[in-house]
Amino acid sequence: MNFLTLTNISKTFGNTVAVKDFNIVVEKGEFVSFLGPSGCGKTTTLRMIAGFELPTTGQIVLDGEDITFTPPNRRNVGMVFQSYALFPNLTVAQNIGFGLRVRKMPVQEIDQRVKEMLSLIHLQQFGHRYPYQLSGGQQQRVALARALAIRPRVLLLDEPLSALDAKIRVELRSEIRRIQQQLGITTIYVTHDQEEALSLSDRVVVMKDGLIEQIGTPFEIYNFPQTPFVASFVGTLNVLRAKVLDADKGLLSLEGQTFYSSEPLKQVRNGDVVSVAVRPEIITLVGGGAELNQLNCRVETVTFLGSIVRIQVRIAETMLFFDTFNNPHLVLPQVGAPVTIYFPREACLILELTRE
Amino acid sequence: MRKSRLWSWFWIFIGTLYFVVPLLATFEFSLRARKGTLSFLAYERVFKDPAFWKSFGFSLELAVFTVIISVLLIVPTAYWIRLRLPQLRGAVEFITMLPFVIPAIVLVFGLIRVFSGPPLPLTDTYFGTTALLVAGYVVLALPYMYRSIDIGLAAIDVRTLTEAAQSLGAGWGTILFKIVFPNLRVAILSGSFLTLAIVMGEFTMASFLVGIKAFGPYMSLIGQNKTYESSSLAIISFILTWAFIGLIQLLTRGRAEGQMAGAR
Repeated sequence: MNFLTLTNISKTFGNTVAVKDFNIVVEKGEFVSFLGPSGCGKTTTLRMIAGFELPTTGQIVLDGEDITFTPPNRRNVGMVFQSYALFPNLTVAQNIGFGLRVRKMPVQEIDQRVKEMLSLIHLQQFGHRYPYQLSGGQQQRVALARALAIRPRVLLLDEPLSALDAKIRVELRSEIRRIQQQLGITTIYVTHDQEEALSLSDRVVVMKDGLIEQIGTPFEIYNFPQTPFVASFVGTLNVLRAKVLDADKGLLSLEGQTFYSSEPLKQVRNGDVVSVAVRPEIITLVGGGAELNQLNCRVETVTFLGSIVRIQVRIAETMLFFDTFNNPHLVLPQVGAPVTIYFPREACLILELTRE
Repeated sequence: MRKSRLWSWFWIFIGTLYFVVPLLATFEFSLRARKGTLSFLAYERVFKDPAFWKSFGFSLELAVFTVIISVLLIVPTAYWIRLRLPQLRGAVEFITMLPFVIPAIVLVFGLIRVFSGPPLPLTDTYFGTTALLVAGYVVLALPYMYRSIDIGLAAIDVRTLTEAAQSLGAGWGTILFKIVFPNLRVAILSGSFLTLAIVMGEFTMASFLVGIKAFGPYMSLIGQNKTYESSSLAIISFILTWAFIGLIQLLTRGRAEGQMAGAR
């Protein structure tokens, strides 16, 4: 069921195009993340859904109602900000109950709802405290409870974890997902952190320069990026400049060695140079099987990172790296030693073409 | 290290003398109303004078009205400028500083000239003249009040707080009176007490518009005619000013800390 629909949304500020031709249909109860670098238009899009910005063109429909020009205070949309935005003059309980008091709900119901919310965020004992008496993580949980207390039709989160330290961020991330699933609330989450987007979302919208690059599940976004930008922005990559030897067979050449892509190369001629991306986690030192590509190289560095070991290898002028899981019986290759690396044909993503 | 510390104390001592000696001298002089002995006779006379209480009450009333009008005028203006018209901030700051540049005498003559005849002959009536004086005081208080409130607004993330309140369903009235005003309490108090102190001692505008009915002209009259009482009035006025400043400190202590931390 279409719950939130953005159709042909664009937004310009003077001569700057912040968002262009943005289209998405969000299902009820779905968790969608807008992912992209600074200035890609993700926050502007969120602010248009919240009503803080008006679209230059396009339409926003929420639960069958056209809210494109509805003032923000009449949308019944909950918003969580990066800077928490708790009212400093109100206690935690008063902050959570603010939206309910605005709605002139009976006092007893407000108290009841505030208690429920405090219990939902596990801060039952903190109702009488003021925001400045809480840690950053606690403040953000209160902000979340405040946004949820009004039972909004959509929950919007604008980089809610950016101001928190790494450990709290991971904790609160799972908390947000737990609460979202528990309440079944439709959620739009803005972030520049790919790990957050991939771990939280049902679907991810990757944006660049105001345009949607790709919409898909985290699995699709990571494993089947449709544009070079998505491939490079989501996850880490080795980028190999390879020459096309036989486009129909997908045969490529790198520094005199050959390897295959899984499919015939389209819109590419023999002799073209293409950028091929290979995810580091797919490369191994253990080979076998005709379907695996193999390249001979020399070990440059071996970096121990605790749970994983990162190995950097060189093929003439091309550098590649890959990770292997640490275990006590692991035999690490020596720096300078020749090794053979293996990766499946399907792991080769063609990013861009250079015609010579 | 020791030498520089010595110099510090030396300059503190000189500074203290500079401020305290005239004050002590005035105080000591105000106690000499009864010949040959020190007494509070001058203070007794001042406090027993009905004109003192009348003028004090009148000026206090004017000060309270000035504060109320200033707050109601400046808080929404400064808030709106921060929220929607930040490009106008420079121009508005310049305008609020004008009372420092334009002398009060020029302002009061301007007011009398404009409002002594049609279309708004305010100086013809008691209420009109008093209202005119309050309006003049609002202008005089503008730099202090606007500065305090603008600094207060800078300490809270007013845009995000506004948006948070809007997303929770609040309209402009609720945002102003439930969020903006309470979070500016410290700033408003600071501006209010400064305004109060200024209005209580103001002489130029009051003397031209209402004469000795106001506290400033009354103090000036006493200074011209009664030697010891004028010194005692100077001390009373000084104590009043410090009391207001003390009140600012007292009321803003702790709350300011909370407000700043909460606004992080």
